[in-house]
Amino acid sequence: MKKIQQIGVFLFLIGLCTFTALVFLGDYTVNKENLNKLIQDKNISSEAFESLATKQLVGVHFKKISSLEHSLTALVLQSNQSHREAAKEKGLSKEARKTEYQKIIYSDSKDLAFELGKTSAVGPIKEHLSLFWWLSFGLGILGALLFIVPQVITLGPKGIKNNGIYHQNTTNRGFIAWGVFAYLVSFYLLLYFAPHYSIQWTLILDPISYILNGGPASRWFVYGFMYCVVMVVMAVRMYIKYRHNKYQLLRTTSVLFFQIVFAFLIPEIMTRLQLPATDFKNAFPLDYDFFFSWNLKTLINSGGLGVFILVWGILLTLVVVPVMVYFFGKRWYCSWVCGCGGLAETLGDPYRQHSSKSLFSWRVERWLVHGVLVFAVLMTAATLFSFFTGNSSLLGIRTQSIQNSYSFLIGAVFAGVIGTGFYPIFGNRVWCRFGCPLAAYLGFVQRFKSRFRISVNGGQCISCGNCSTYCEMGIDVRAYAQKGENIVRSSCVGCGICAAVCPRGVLKLEQGPEAGRINPTEILLGNDVSLIDLLNQK
Amino acid sequence: MIKHTIIIGNGISGITAARHIRKKSDQRITVISAESPHFFSRTALMYVYMGHMPFTDTKPYEDWFWKKNKIELLQDRVIEIATEKKQLILENTPALAYDNLIIATGSKPSFYDWPGQDLPGVQGLYSKQDLDLLEIQAPNAKTCKRAVVVGGGLIGVELAEMLHSRHIAVTFLVRENEFWDSVLPTKNAALIGKHILSHGIDLRTNTSLKEIHKGPDGRVAAITTEQGENIICDLVGISTGVQPNIDFLKNSGIRTDKGILVNRYLETNIAQVYAIGDCAQQQEPTGLRRPIEAVWYTGRMMGEVVAQSICSQKTPYKPGHWFNSAKFFDIEYQTYGWVHSERRKPEYEAHFNWQHPNENIALTIAYDQETETLLGLNSFGMRTRHKLIDRWLTEGRDISYVLAHWADALFDPEFSTSYQSDILKIFNSSLNRSVQKQKKSWSRIFNSLTNKQ
Repeated sequence: MKKIQQIGVFLFLIGLCTFTALVFLGDYTVNKENLNKLIQDKNISSEAFESLATKQLVGVHFKKISSLEHSLTALVLQSNQSHREAAKEKGLSKEARKTEYQKIIYSDSKDLAFELGKTSAVGPIKEHLSLFWWLSFGLGILGALLFIVPQVITLGPKGIKNNGIYHQNTTNRGFIAWGVFAYLVSFYLLLYFAPHYSIQWTLILDPISYILNGGPASRWFVYGFMYCVVMVVMAVRMYIKYRHNKYQLLRTTSVLFFQIVFAFLIPEIMTRLQLPATDFKNAFPLDYDFFFSWNLKTLINSGGLGVFILVWGILLTLVVVPVMVYFFGKRWYCSWVCGCGGLAETLGDPYRQHSSKSLFSWRVERWLVHGVLVFAVLMTAATLFSFFTGNSSLLGIRTQSIQNSYSFLIGAVFAGVIGTGFYPIFGNRVWCRFGCPLAAYLGFVQRFKSRFRISVNGGQCISCGNCSTYCEMGIDVRAYAQKGENIVRSSCVGCGICAAVCPRGVLKLEQGPEAGRINPTEILLGNDVSLIDLLNQK
Repeated sequence: MIKHTIIIGNGISGITAARHIRKKSDQRITVISAESPHFFSRTALMYVYMGHMPFTDTKPYEDWFWKKNKIELLQDRVIEIATEKKQLILENTPALAYDNLIIATGSKPSFYDWPGQDLPGVQGLYSKQDLDLLEIQAPNAKTCKRAVVVGGGLIGVELAEMLHSRHIAVTFLVRENEFWDSVLPTKNAALIGKHILSHGIDLRTNTSLKEIHKGPDGRVAAITTEQGENIICDLVGISTGVQPNIDFLKNSGIRTDKGILVNRYLETNIAQVYAIGDCAQQQEPTGLRRPIEAVWYTGRMMGEVVAQSICSQKTPYKPGHWFNSAKFFDIEYQTYGWVHSERRKPEYEAHFNWQHPNENIALTIAYDQETETLLGLNSFGMRTRHKLIDRWLTEGRDISYVLAHWADALFDPEFSTSYQSDILKIFNSSLNRSVQKQKKSWSRIFNSLTNKQ
């Protein structure tokens, strides 16, 4: 078994190395046709750019994508410069001046490099797409499974098996954990801020992309595909680790289903059918750009389906989500449906113990997560104001710049780079706990109007603290359990692991009448102190 | 003049007393411990060794908690109590005067004068120091190839599980016919024994320790059993029970027997001196309870009660229905009321037993042969709702009622299989009954729970 696992690690590392190397590999030869396609796709009206690019790019062989990007940066600068100067020339009519300004290219040269590079790629990778798919994704998946599946035997009889978590480098913030941290952070930075480096990844996924949506793979297709693959592989690990616990098995299956079908397949297929792609389960304000004018316009212009999506999106946030939270707690979303939650509960499970349980962290959490919610609401208010009034700014602040800063700070940096990148160091729910505005909203409902609670089993708690250690949301579960007090906390995502790891059967996630849900107890069960006496003293 | 309450021992009993006194009064509170600067959960020490938790996580309160709540902590050892002067003599600190004294010094492992028991490599598992020692003596299977665990109680099985988690071969000596069959009915004991064996532990029943042998390096090298077998080992874990940790009271005038003798108000023979937790011995035990109960929750309850007595009105210690829980490797165990082993079973007590054919799930219900009233139950691999069963015991429900409403009592995670139908089938056929399964009723569960409060 050990041997098989070692082979698995070896294969996985080869896959990972190939995948990483793809960032730096690949040759590019630009031809006129591809250049024209770029100019058309990006609505570039600058004839200066076109002629410069034709002269300097067409027929040129680039060994690195960064060189292509540098050339494009220079070209854009040069052509923009020429148009700015042209516009300033005296004696120009207003109309002509406007035309000159419109020729200025605002597209990021990294995006241009991605578009052009993608069509201009040549060389061995381009010619052997499936080989490279197998060398990267294939070996990665196979290796990971060879490491995970033998755990059915190596973990011993079914039950909670957390042996050695705090002795192992990987799960106890050792150098491997820091390595994973660095890798994940770099991956997200590249994905969000240097898309041109992802060209080779998109190439090897093109065949799958064509099958699903009828077009080439974008970097978001790569991300979505990887997301599903990682979740499937790590869900196998969950199935083995918690095979004694049906709640965990069903929950894992549920997040897997919603990720693969709702977040990935349905939007891709809708794209293929030339319908507006949408993730029906992604609720505002987690889906922060739902009310952005481009989305509203797309939906309104897409006929019946578009209007349905619009109405469903609003209903989801205003009715479906809170009503479901009333009946089942926010877990129905956060750890049964949500994509972020899905990744956290599969890829992130080995790191759940690293969430800080200190009171200080709880304070930071409340300020941050509610701050993000306020930010999201204000941004959306400004967006809707601009959409309906046509005013591009509110109180002197440009709506566009509010949106841009939210997208950058919250959408990319917080949710992606920090949210997932920091798994190995700060635990798997950093985003959900400190940043997700939807979680904050659901938290209000769960805390003040819900039937959900984690019931505490009388006086059985021995204060061991396993529940707190393994709470991914950093709730000090033990603080409640040892007092015999039910856990009713806005942040609880109902993953059920506290109950699973409890050695004394003290905790149970359940829903029941609201009365008695929050039950501060003076004296714990088992001690027959006369309660009448106790009350009389007060 | 502000009163000064000193508590010796920062375990669950002492700390609960301190917290509740603080809630109710402005007294000066000092907690003295030689073991550790801060309260930690003794029950979690095994998880530290097994790598489930870091030691910091065993502390239920963050370190700032004590200062904020004005509970003074002193790490020192009490050498003597001068009761007539109301003073404590300490190892490293000048004498301390008290108004109220609470002794909560807990237990220590019992050793039974085996030859060689003082050798390096022989140890119990109770304190933080024991854990640190184990980390040195048995860090891995290289340093410690085989360990012998002596004594089949709860600490013994924990110790076996701990060593096993580091791939150390374990021989587990149990004096009885089956593991823990002095407490558990034979069928339950056999279930656990089989499970222990399935983990690869070399469980030897009807076997006890005779002698521990020294090797050339001056450490433990082997043991001999009473049955004459020689077992080569690098560690001997002694888990033959615990006893009150009260040696320092010899000349204090505080009356002791096995433990510190206390009345129902947890008072010793000397005014303003109380004893709580594992070190206290009840002069009049409640019901069928033992005079000394080395259990987590009784320590906590005594802490709550003594705080009440010190701060407001004299309150007796009145534990309700017995309950307890444990985990034997992967099998969770909960017990409510009294289910006696065959050896200790009173005549009126009858047992109904159900066991899953292939899983480690079982239920034993003790009931009165005449009236069929519920006396207690043991559940294995199945969680049960404390409040509800406690209520059933108080109300004197009969076994048919219990089994008919069994769905209400289940506390397993959602979607778990309920074996109620299987259990009822066996019950009905073996006792020739026709008890019908009642649907789980939330209102019944929650009404009964809220009425109680």
